[in-house]
This record gives sequence, structure tokens and C-alpha cells, in this order.
Amino acid sequence: MKILCPIKRVVDPYAKVRPLSDGSGLDIGAVKFDVNPFDEIAVEEAVRMKEKDPTVTITAVSIGGPEVEEQLRKALAMGADEAMLIENALPLDSSVVAAELAHFAKGYDLVLMGKQSTDDDNGQAAQMLAAKLNWPQATFASSVSIVDGIATVTRETDTGEETLVLPLPAVITTDLRLNEPRYIALPGIIKARTKPLSKVPRATDAGPKSRVVRMDSPPPRPAGRKVARVDELIAGLKERGVL
Amino acid sequence: MPRLLLVAFAPADNAALGGFAEAIGLEGTLIAFEGEVPPADAAADALKKEADGFTHIAAVSSMQSKDVMARLAGLLDAAMVTDAIKVVSPTQFVRPMVAGSVLATVETMHEPVVITFRPASFPKVEKNGDKALKVLETTTSRTSKSGGAKGSRPDLTQAKRIVSGGRPLKDAATFEKIIGGLADKLGGAVGATRAAVDSGIAANELQVGQTGKIVAPDLYIAAGISGSTQHMAGIKDSKVIVAINTDPDAPIFEFADFGLVADLFTAVPELTEKV
Repeated sequence: MKILCPIKRVVDPYAKVRPLSDGSGLDIGAVKFDVNPFDEIAVEEAVRMKEKDPTVTITAVSIGGPEVEEQLRKALAMGADEAMLIENALPLDSSVVAAELAHFAKGYDLVLMGKQSTDDDNGQAAQMLAAKLNWPQATFASSVSIVDGIATVTRETDTGEETLVLPLPAVITTDLRLNEPRYIALPGIIKARTKPLSKVPRATDAGPKSRVVRMDSPPPRPAGRKVARVDELIAGLKERGVL
Repeated sequence: MPRLLLVAFAPADNAALGGFAEAIGLEGTLIAFEGEVPPADAAADALKKEADGFTHIAAVSSMQSKDVMARLAGLLDAAMVTDAIKVVSPTQFVRPMVAGSVLATVETMHEPVVITFRPASFPKVEKNGDKALKVLETTTSRTSKSGGAKGSRPDLTQAKRIVSGGRPLKDAATFEKIIGGLADKLGGAVGATRAAVDSGIAANELQVGQTGKIVAPDLYIAAGISGSTQHMAGIKDSKVIVAINTDPDAPIFEFADFGLVADLFTAVPELTEKV
């Protein structure tokens, strides 16, 4: 089984970021970058499948400039077999990413990727990709099992969970509770340096269909107050008309 | 000529869709799924057949609509805007990103545009369905489904009052007794942090935050919640936020309208008794 794991380089999800004062973009200053946490869960899941079935091969893929190599190396260190960087310096949106991935996903049995990136919070690319490939999809997976080319996926829903059964090839997106990505030990990091990482030109001339024209800070919430006792809290809530 | 298609995944969506139509200034044709919404491939295929000639296709944000509408956008080669909170014009929308740290103005440069929007950011305007959508064949089969209405508690995303708890609640029974007890007294819904869900104290559909439910009640009571950026991203639009926490330096006190530094195991039951 051939698995493709698209990964995205994102600003450290635990860092505080704010827009630049002129609204032209993000003030990333000294903020670090990492693999989008949901994509990391996807790579982890693929590596676990490979550990159970050595015939599984894993390709990590990303799109962007040379800086993305750092994140692809991390995926290799986790256990991916090879990496592919689709070289791009042009503006992107989810539709472009999906168009590019649709080209490179042909021949794979499974695309496993994060349900959303923690920078854009869009959650679009995987479903768009599944549509373009005309493959079935299971988003927000909390458990995945694949037997004889059939995926059984438990996925989180608005009201609980459900189980879907879908034939491969398919696109599956990962939710938080699918697994906990491993700690990468030094031997993995060293091994990753010698694993193949290929750079390929873009396959399409698709242009973005949307773009961010401004970024602003959300309006601050008015300062609140501390109350000393439950009675004072109840009085305050009554005053505000919410009790 | 702009034309708006409104997609209702549940009857409760109708009023929010009416509000969105008003905000964008288009009349809108409303279609609703007949019966249970099928898996995304079939749902998106069915919607694609209805979408011909529409420039804007909108639905209320939910996990289900994200699953289906993004696939529809792929099928239609559409531009997409997720989680809109404001319509600037039919080609410009405001949406939060980076866990709500940024409000981005997104310009669409292509039609059609598929939009999901947060209902709390738009007025409620009653609208009737114009058409029911029949479901087609599906490659994917749904073999089980759990959840749905749990007891008499309102849905988190619609609730006027929410009581949420974090990991200090210890176990599921304590969580239900303390948090559920106050929620029931207030006629509200129960929410939880990611930490509480991950440690098995609360069910996953109760998770509130960047990657869980986005809520906007009149009253949000957070008990034993420190207030991570990810959690705050899901509750920012609440009218009044109450924080009950033993740690006076917990970040949630910076956001809370009312902060009570107290042990939740005494303060919450006292609140339950007195409200």
C-alpha cells in the first residue's frame, strides 16, 4: 500500500501571533515553524501502518520554498520513506494545493493528512483533493483500520461519532484523538538526512481563487472584574441580565 | 447576476441562512436534505446537481458542512471561504484564523464561491425551504452512528448558557455531577476542554475551541479551565464569560467578565444551589 502524507509548514501553533500594525500580514518575528500538528498525526498513523505491514511505503509531500525541507525532514525522521517538495514561490490557496496534490496523488492508495492547518484554520484542501480525484473521503478520523483495500474509519461528528466503510483509494483526514505522535529520537533524525528528498516543479498552472487582503486583530474584550464570593458573582450576572 | 443557494443540513439552519442572505443582500434559494444527510461524496454530488447557475453557495459552519461543502467546492472548482463572520461585499468576507488571533479579510477572485459561516455572527431571519434534496447513491457506507440529542440538554452551538469544565474535574462521574449539575439548573449545555476530552473525562463532541465547537452563548461559565489560546478561540464571542479557577494567574482571568478565584468543587455546587 502506498500512502501519501501531505504536510504543511505552519507557525508554531503554541506561539502567540498577531497581525502587523498595517494589516498587511502576520507579525511572525522570531516565531518558530513546525509541521502542522494534524499532519504530524497523519504521518504517525502512516508509520504505525508501516510498522504492522512492511509493504507499506510512505511519501511525505509539501508545497513551497526551500524552507519547507525542514518539515519534510521531520516527517522522514518520524518514519516516512521519502519526501517530495513541490517547488512554489507563487501565492497559494486550498484550491491550488488540491490541484497540485491531485496530480501527484495518482498511483497512491491512500492520502492521509490533517483535518485543518492551525494557521489558516480552513479545513478545505483534503476534501477538495478527494473531489478532484473522485475518491471517497473520511474526515476527522479518530480510528482507521485498513484490510484488503477497504478502510473502516471512525470519525468525529457534530453529535458524536460514526463509522464509515470506504474502498481505497481514498482521502482520510486526521483528528486530534487518532494518535499521539512519537517523540523523534536521534537515530531517526540522523537516518532522515540520508533518505531521498526530491524537488519537483509544479504540475499545474492553477492560480488561487481567493486571497487574504487584510489582517486585523480581533477587538479586545472589555476588562472584566474579580469577584470574591459566589453571591457577588450571582449579583453581577443578574446585573448583566444573563441570570 | 449574483445568485445565492442556501444549504440547510438541519432544520435549525434555516433562520441562520435567512440571516446570511440578508447580510449579503441576496434573496437566496434554500434547499434542505430530505432525511439523513449521506456521507460527503454522495451529499456533495447531490448538491453539485443543484448548484448550476448559482454564484454563491452558503451553509452554516459545522463539522458536517466542512466535510461536505469543501468537497462541493472541489467539484465545482469554486473559491471557498470557511467560517465567515462578516460579509463586506459579495466578494469580500471576514473570517478568523490562527485560533482567532487574526481576523482576515478574504477576497474571492472567482465564481462560484462556497461559504460556510458562523451563525452567531449573523441575525436570525426565518426562511422557508424552497426545495428538498433527494440523496443519491454513495460509494461510502455508514455502518454506525452514535450520539445525537443527549437527554434534554441543548446543542452546544445553539445554547444560550454553557457550563464547561477542564481536567481538574478528575473523572467522568465528577464532571457530570459538578458541570452537568450546574448546566441542568441553568437549562444550558455542557462543554469541555481538549484536556478533559483527551483524558476521557468528557465526550469528544463536547470539546470547545479552535479544533472543536465554536460557541457564542449569552453566558459561558468555565470551571477549572486555564484558558489556552485554542480554548479561548472557541468562546470569544460569548456575551459574558465567567472563570472559576484556583490559580489567580490563569490566563482565562484576562478574558473573563467575572473571575472568581476559588475551588470549583465548592464554588460550582454553591452556584448550582443559589441560582
